[in-house]
Amino acid sequence: MTRLRFQRSLDDLKEKLLVMAGMAEQAIQRAVEAYRVRDLSICDLVDHGEFAINRLEREIDQMALDLLAMEQPMAIDLRFILAVIKINADIERVGDSAQSISDRVRELQAFPVAEIPVDIPKMASLAEAMVRKALQAFIEADASIAASVLSMDDSVDDMNDAAYFSVLNEMKTQPHIAPQALNALVISRILERVADHATNIAEDVIFWVRGADVRHHMMKDEQAQDETEPKKA
Amino acid sequence: MAVDIQVEHLNAWYGTNHTLMDINLHIPASQATALIGPSGCGKSTFVRCINRMHETNPIARVTGTVRIGDLDIYADVSPVEVRRRIGMVFQRPNPFPTMSIYDNVASGLRLNGFRNRRVLDEVVERSLKHAALWEEVKNDLKKKSGASLSGGQQQRLCIARALAVDPEVLLMDEPASALDPVSTAKIEDLIFQLKSQYTIVIVTHNMQQAARVAERTGFFLNGKLIELDSTHKIFTNPSDKRTEDYITGRFG
Repeated sequence: MTRLRFQRSLDDLKEKLLVMAGMAEQAIQRAVEAYRVRDLSICDLVDHGEFAINRLEREIDQMALDLLAMEQPMAIDLRFILAVIKINADIERVGDSAQSISDRVRELQAFPVAEIPVDIPKMASLAEAMVRKALQAFIEADASIAASVLSMDDSVDDMNDAAYFSVLNEMKTQPHIAPQALNALVISRILERVADHATNIAEDVIFWVRGADVRHHMMKDEQAQDETEPKKA
Repeated sequence: MAVDIQVEHLNAWYGTNHTLMDINLHIPASQATALIGPSGCGKSTFVRCINRMHETNPIARVTGTVRIGDLDIYADVSPVEVRRRIGMVFQRPNPFPTMSIYDNVASGLRLNGFRNRRVLDEVVERSLKHAALWEEVKNDLKKKSGASLSGGQQQRLCIARALAVDPEVLLMDEPASALDPVSTAKIEDLIFQLKSQYTIVIVTHNMQQAARVAERTGFFLNGKLIELDSTHKIFTNPSDKRTEDYITGRFG
């Protein structure tokens, strides 16, 4: 094998992205935990982690830019670097989502605890599972794992839709807990976006591995068949 | 006028060395087709077969069919006629060093018996304009020799010389590999302009160059054509693992 240094740089890029992804995953878990137990010290951890995620985002973009400019990658290497640039942005947004949940938790401190019929922990667990699976697909370069993430997105969307009607109803019947209900709806919406980021990551993994653009359900059946055929040896 | 090239079961040998093995491909008219592959893979031999230069080596042999338009070049015509219809540009610019710029461009026509001064003037001017060299040399056509030009200008002079005999096909064997980036960019711009009027085949080691100028790209390895597809497909998602390994630098 030639271009060993380049291949090592690609490995470094992948490793750095996974470090950042781990931090973003942890940030979401912490933010939801902070919501569940109303603990502002956990919010502080989320805030602190956000700086590190943002720093890593810039470093990864710079590494990817350098590799594009200096190594002029082709084919699967080119697709990998493009996928990394896009996944990088999605992971950073997952970090931002954790920060937004943390902000909501701080706001909620001004109000008494209220029972809102929106199962945030369950929704979070589903969104986190999607992120984890998309990253597993990225680690293993496995398009079929990535494809399984796409089919999970509808469940999170359904839960977010249900949250809207639950909160609407709650605000009608118990207007005095409107701030708590609205915050729950906002967090539900944020988690739905996290699931969307996981979907984007999965689509980018499929693009990297198969060279197929599956965004917005645009892949035609015959194209899918072509692209999934293994390369001739 | 540009014409298609159809190659069927083309085999080539140097002595006992089988350098091209059963090549079958279609090169469309009015497009640039790039040929890439590691050194010794057969891509230069392939273009030399297209204008019957391969057979000029006494130990070389060719079998198979090459059609330029309707013309079967190994059956119907003499090598001289083939080379009039197929211009060739080499890696190192090779103007006739003692001839003026004008005479360099006119040389092919004169060899073919053209003597009319007015016709020669017109063809020289048109060819130099097509080769994007006219503005730089129009005041020195007969004062300066071809060798007095810069490397990039010499290469464009060679392209003008090739265009002067009104070929249908232009073969370019690493036309910019000996040039600096600015001259390379000029040659690439030129290829881009010329390909609407000529069928262009360009051999290159520079994959970015292939990606920039060619609609289609073929990958040669060990005397075989491994893959020929749209340039976009070859450089973003090739079908064959060997193509991918080569263009990503995993071997070669």
